[in-house]
Amino acid sequence: MFSNPDLYKFIFGRLTLDQIPYHEPILVATFTAVALGGIALLAALTYFRVWGYLWKEWLTSIDHKKIGIMYVVLALIMLLRGFSDALMMRLQQAIAFNGSEGYLPPHHYDQVFTAHGVIMIFFVAMPFVTGLMNLVVPLQIGARDVSFPFLNNFSFWMTTAGAIIIMISLFIGEFAKTGWLAYPPLSGIAYSPDVGVDYYIWGLQVAGIGTTLSGINLIATIVKMRAPGMTFMKMPVFTWTSLCTNILIVASFPILTATLALLTLDRYAGTNFFTNDLGGNPMMYVNLIWIWGHPEVYILILPAFGVFSEVVATFCGKRLFGYASMVYATCVIMILSYLVWLHHFFTMGSGASVNSFFGITTMIISIPTGAKLFNWLFTMYHGRIRYEVPMLWTVGFMVTFTIGGMTGVMLAIPPADFVLHNSLFLIAHFHNVIIGGVLFGMFAGVNYWFPKAFGFKLDPFWGKMSFWFWQIGFWFAFMPLYILGLMGVTRRVSQFDDPSLQIWFVIAAVGAGMIAIGIACFLIQLVVSFMKREELRDHTGDPWNGRTLEWSTSSPPPAYNFAFTPIVYDHDAWWDMKNRGYKRPTEGFIPIHMPKNTGTGVILGVLSIGFAFGMIWYMWWLAAITFVAMIAITIGHTFNYKRDYHIPADEVVKTENERTKQLAGQV
Amino acid sequence: MTTHTANAPMDGETPAFYLKEEHHPEGSTMLGFWIYIMSDCLIFAVLFATYAVLGHSYAAGPSPADLFELPLVALNTAMLLFSSITYGFAMLAMEKDNKSGTLMWLTITGIFGALFIFFELYEFYHLILDGAGPQRSAFLSAFFTLVGTHGLHVTTGIVWLITLMVQVGRYGLIAENKRRLMCLSMFWHFLDVVWIGVFSLVYLMGVLG
Amino acid sequence: MSSNANHSHHSGDAHGHDHHHGGHEASHGTYKSYMTGFILSVILTAIPFWLVMAKVIPDPAVTGAIVMILGAIQIIVHMIYFLHMNTRSEGGWNMMALIFTIVLVIIALSGSLWVMHHLNANMMPMSPEMMRNMP
Repeated sequence: MFSNPDLYKFIFGRLTLDQIPYHEPILVATFTAVALGGIALLAALTYFRVWGYLWKEWLTSIDHKKIGIMYVVLALIMLLRGFSDALMMRLQQAIAFNGSEGYLPPHHYDQVFTAHGVIMIFFVAMPFVTGLMNLVVPLQIGARDVSFPFLNNFSFWMTTAGAIIIMISLFIGEFAKTGWLAYPPLSGIAYSPDVGVDYYIWGLQVAGIGTTLSGINLIATIVKMRAPGMTFMKMPVFTWTSLCTNILIVASFPILTATLALLTLDRYAGTNFFTNDLGGNPMMYVNLIWIWGHPEVYILILPAFGVFSEVVATFCGKRLFGYASMVYATCVIMILSYLVWLHHFFTMGSGASVNSFFGITTMIISIPTGAKLFNWLFTMYHGRIRYEVPMLWTVGFMVTFTIGGMTGVMLAIPPADFVLHNSLFLIAHFHNVIIGGVLFGMFAGVNYWFPKAFGFKLDPFWGKMSFWFWQIGFWFAFMPLYILGLMGVTRRVSQFDDPSLQIWFVIAAVGAGMIAIGIACFLIQLVVSFMKREELRDHTGDPWNGRTLEWSTSSPPPAYNFAFTPIVYDHDAWWDMKNRGYKRPTEGFIPIHMPKNTGTGVILGVLSIGFAFGMIWYMWWLAAITFVAMIAITIGHTFNYKRDYHIPADEVVKTENERTKQLAGQV
Repeated sequence: MTTHTANAPMDGETPAFYLKEEHHPEGSTMLGFWIYIMSDCLIFAVLFATYAVLGHSYAAGPSPADLFELPLVALNTAMLLFSSITYGFAMLAMEKDNKSGTLMWLTITGIFGALFIFFELYEFYHLILDGAGPQRSAFLSAFFTLVGTHGLHVTTGIVWLITLMVQVGRYGLIAENKRRLMCLSMFWHFLDVVWIGVFSLVYLMGVLG
Repeated sequence: MSSNANHSHHSGDAHGHDHHHGGHEASHGTYKSYMTGFILSVILTAIPFWLVMAKVIPDPAVTGAIVMILGAIQIIVHMIYFLHMNTRSEGGWNMMALIFTIVLVIIALSGSLWVMHHLNANMMPMSPEMMRNMP
């Protein structure tokens, strides 16, 4: 291209034309679909002239409700990508028998399972959980927003930037082939010299900054911004689980950051932390990454437990059984999650004494979880249960997650784990608890809080369809994997010799197909609900006869959440207010102090993508410029001292009067 | 904590369920920044753990006793300790709303910090020149990363210090700037705490063998 | 637990809602306390350096233990005199966060050392020659 190869190398680093996979038909087809769809979307946005609206009302918003919704949208988009990876794997494994190599060669299959894991954990489950916490917690504690609204916006854009970095790897270069945790020495520069692991590292580091800051934000919010009278033991359970989750986030993500940084130094600077020679020790990476990794899975599940606590109490019309023990169980889980990490590598060779210690602690940690389950069951007992869609997801969770938990206790026994480690039994176990626990909890939460966020309920028929396809599909997809694992089949394998295994893989593929239908039903649910929104409209703000403070606001709430800060006297503050003759104030409104929107978060997010791209492809000039620009913009942002404004009193009056009218229209 | 302890009202009364005046929750900045410091602590914990595990893997190369010059380390420790006390004086001046005094003590703090970085770079330069760079062995990788990360934090602190000096110079000791100075104070002292760990575990224990 | 925050009204300030006390309730030092902390730190730094550089105690294990203990004490001195750590600041949350972090640091450090020691003993990293010469 250029006659001067050195100049070319300086500008483009190691990026060359043949890094674009135009000879891989699957990728070309994907790219075409994405490009056409993307262009259509951009054209539609331009045609309907919504760019200004999107920028002002959503992209630059510091409103926790909007940021929460954007997180969930990100999670759902990435769910489609991560699930396509799953379908590809199921198809490959179902057909690759009797000499057939299937359609997915190993170097491609390895990227698929790596991307599937990375995307599902970091860009589906984490944003889903963060989104719900962002949307709900300030409302539940009677606050106007989180402690650091600008930081909240910045955190969202860093997470999105991380997702974009991962998505770019689909079309420029390739992704890591190491599995979702990228163990060295395979992930070191000697055995993975190409860009895949670098995409992995930078995608996670950028997203990790967002996650850690979001953790700090929500802890400060819950500690400092509760409404008067809401002591800790009067907080809703979802807020309690959010507090513990965010403590776990702040206390574990720095470990991931540092460990990935050490791997980065090995790859970029030739250090010897995890190499095979010059004193390196790859086992130290495994040790460190799981000190992060185990708290991570509790970060995923605790908010789901919180959702279930709220849903069960609401749809059984009863106060949650054993509030105090729920709180203690959550705190115990939080602390114990730091004492079990070695169970992820019993087989690495630490010996009997170490293995027994961690095996025992792993079994102990199942006890508080069991206590929570009994509390939910006791809440349901003698309750007047309404099987709305969130409640269906909850009951499905109770059965599915419990079985997954039991297989976890089996794996916690080190000798058993020596047989089952890295087999399909392990895969079945963690999908059992993550799908049955986290995903079911997120769908319950979406159906539960959707009316609050958007002002109309989700269509119940399609919700139930989605639930049943997910529930039954899950069993078909993963029960065969338990059997295959017990028969000795290893994970991350794409071709098989033993034809007697095929039937199980075919059943699993059928299950994956059912889950695909479940996802389709969910998307249909969204469309149908939007079309039927007047029929499904929530006029009162309290469509489920809820118990916590978010249900005291309109649906959706005004930007300021509460015209007057509530005063709290008991658990289930809204239930208490309803039962004691609370009258909504209709006058006396005062100006409300609010933070302003900002574009800095978007800009920093875009720059971080540029920085990551530069580092991945060795385009040092790009990395340097974007890095300096990020520092300069951050410093420049701190020179802006005028970051808030007051909503004038008559605007509050107008908003509240409209709500008064809406409520009066209800008989 | 909340600003009211609400009591359940008398029987028969509907209690006040909302505040009539604007609710001013306590400021979150100091707590938020302290939690950030705790997260930074954990990053250093990983680097210390890595140093503890890999710190004896010399790969037949130089060991700490061969490399570390304790007089230089003592000088550097003094620089950082002095910078901590001068920052303390800056805070005392800030409490008294003495803008020029604050700026003077911040300048001196910055100079001590810059000297610390200068001496550290000097040390690194000579180690690398002697063939004891971070690529030589796992011990050296861990050493350079732990001490280097601390140095990067100090450098960031200096950039932040300069920015704050410009902002205090321009806008004075307004509440927002005071809050920022208190955050930097936490950051600066925290870095000195980490350095105590570094000089004890890395340099002194290293030379002891 | 009620706080003693005062709502002093700064009219005309366009600040965020944490403008009113900005930490006056949070502790700050006095000239005396900073100097005390400084002098203690100088002493707690000079002694370990002297012990190691002058090879005062023949047994390096004992010297090492003294170095670590004095380092731990100096960290506490910094916490109290420079960082104004006490059980009251931020309603006790600063102290709780610190204790939680220290516990985690101890778990991560001691856990890693224990685990890695066992792993190394059982799965000792080998050089290529050792691997070639395995039976």
